[in-house]
Amino acid sequence: MTVSRLRDSQVFAVLVLVIVLVAVWYLGSIGLNWAVVSDRLSRDDTAHSWWDILLTTWNYTRPILPAPHQVAVDLWNTTLTIDPSSKRSLLYHAWITLSSTLLGFVMGSVLGVILAVYIVLNRAASRTLMPWIIASQTVPILAVAPVVLVLTYNLLTGQNAIAQLLHLNSDAAQLISKATIATYLSFFPVVVGMVKGLRSPEVLQLDLMRTYNATTAQTLWQLRWPTAVPFLFASMKVAVAASLVGAIVAELPTGAVSGLGARLLIGSYNGQMIQIWSVLLLAAVLAGLLVLAVGVIERAVVSRMGARPT
Amino acid sequence: MSRFERVLAVLAGLSAVLAIVLPLGTKGDTTLPTGASLPALAYPAIVLVLLAVFRLKLPPAISGALAGLGGAVVLLQLDQFDLAGTGYWCLVVTGWLAAWLFVERLSAELARGEFRVPGIGVVVPIMFGLAVLVAWEAGTRGGNVPSVLLPSPSAIWGRIVSNFPMLVADFQQTFIKAVLSGYFIGNAVGLLVAIAIDRSPFLKRGLLPIGSFVSALPLVGIAPIMVMWFGFDWPSKAAVVVIMTFFPMLVNAVAGLNVTVAMERDLMRSYASSYGQTLIKLRLPAAAPYIFNALKINSTLALIGAIVAEFFGTPVVGMGFRISTAVGRMDIDLVWAEIAVSALVGSVFYGVVALIERGVTFWHPSIRGGETV
Repeated sequence: MTVSRLRDSQVFAVLVLVIVLVAVWYLGSIGLNWAVVSDRLSRDDTAHSWWDILLTTWNYTRPILPAPHQVAVDLWNTTLTIDPSSKRSLLYHAWITLSSTLLGFVMGSVLGVILAVYIVLNRAASRTLMPWIIASQTVPILAVAPVVLVLTYNLLTGQNAIAQLLHLNSDAAQLISKATIATYLSFFPVVVGMVKGLRSPEVLQLDLMRTYNATTAQTLWQLRWPTAVPFLFASMKVAVAASLVGAIVAELPTGAVSGLGARLLIGSYNGQMIQIWSVLLLAAVLAGLLVLAVGVIERAVVSRMGARPT
Repeated sequence: MSRFERVLAVLAGLSAVLAIVLPLGTKGDTTLPTGASLPALAYPAIVLVLLAVFRLKLPPAISGALAGLGGAVVLLQLDQFDLAGTGYWCLVVTGWLAAWLFVERLSAELARGEFRVPGIGVVVPIMFGLAVLVAWEAGTRGGNVPSVLLPSPSAIWGRIVSNFPMLVADFQQTFIKAVLSGYFIGNAVGLLVAIAIDRSPFLKRGLLPIGSFVSALPLVGIAPIMVMWFGFDWPSKAAVVVIMTFFPMLVNAVAGLNVTVAMERDLMRSYASSYGQTLIKLRLPAAAPYIFNALKINSTLALIGAIVAEFFGTPVVGMGFRISTAVGRMDIDLVWAEIAVSALVGSVFYGVVALIERGVTFWHPSIRGGETV
């Protein structure tokens, strides 16, 4: 690879910018922590040079902005050195959040596909439901989250027919109520994408199906569905990220004690900046992995359907 | 009339018969028969007569009138009993089916292009919304659902009226101060940065993947950090909104600035127009649909960000604060009142941005074709 091709490649550009961002982060942690640290050090009797203060800003235990390596060390300690089943391990909390994310994502995708099929097949449904589906997303669901949590939790554990039928313990009920929020956020991109996808066959192709005397169901399964699969995966990538946001936020207002959202809340009450940042970083990694996983499944499915690998 | 519509009509007839036969509800120890109240008896009878007269093929106007009448009867009957019986639920189902039939019939006629009344398309979704509200009211009050679980719409409305000044104060704190200022700063900075990096292919290559990655992240998580940096009052919420709105705007604006084709740019060059002139007269207008797309996405993100940031600490006013404390006190009526306000604010905010979009990008095919979304 020649130098000019290296300079023009996307990976190189991203890498350089990430390095610049980390450098800015280090500078920022000097700037933001300087006042606190110099105040703290001035209480000692010994004199401190500016170099001492600078080094301390990067290793202070209660920083305003922790330096990247502090966050990395904390992340390393809380994920890889502790047994994952322990409550002090971030992996344990990540798993709690991930389980409601995945459940919510699956429920949201199924709901989204069902709604999209109904909307495409029934003209009245498209007029009735579509405006409300769009309006549903202008409602700040995260404001509704506490109520949805209380409602589903009571429905699943309280004194009523549904609860007695299901016999759920409180952990499962909490999981489902958190997944409900994730579902609400993740069904929308799937509906919109799938309606577009199921409507994407051309008139010629639909006419061909009619000349074959195909039923509505046959047209759906043999023409509309295969055409919509790329749209499905594109919208599922958005949906899985939205689902993670929903699961994290669902843990905020309920006083949950486990899960990434709960760690954020506890960190914020205790003023533990390093803990907050490592939770955020882990959530970012999780989001990236989830989107990547959908992409891998997409490639497998699309290539089995006979598409040319790109 | 399609087979589906015929099925709906038959079901409506069946549930009308059941509504007449089965008991309406219980008051104290006595079971009320449907005959105890005239409207509860008359409405299913009218439905049956009309279905017979038109041999199931109810015209849209008649089924619409039946749906409206059904909603009124369902609401009026709520005072007649303490706990609803099966007859009442059949009444509700009859009204619901009448509304469904109306929606099906009207959309079929609209698709054939028979009605040319302006604004008629709005009737269908509104009918659905009203039907949901009536069913909610009937279900919660008729079934004696505890208000801790789900309050009725009338109770929520009563709470909005009685707590109006408090709701207005929360609205000012959260929306006027935090959301609007954060929304303007975040979008303006996102747009300016997009214009700035647009001149450098290197920055564009590097920042776009990072930008799209960051906009998929759970950015609301920075809320506790912002609360610690900027304090409990609204600036910390505005800061969260700025960060949440910045990345969608950056990614969309950069994509929008690149939609002009070489021919259009060459034309501008042949006019000897400067970079600024090309930007303002060609590239920004061409990018407008993308910019408005970001503005619409951001209108909901902004409200979410401000409300969630209030969960982490706030002065004793604000929509997120009110919701989290009212949930703690099990004051679910107040929570729903606050949700109703936030839903209204969110929808109006989105609607205003969409209206401005229609005005600014009137030339775009999606607007000219009369299609929204």
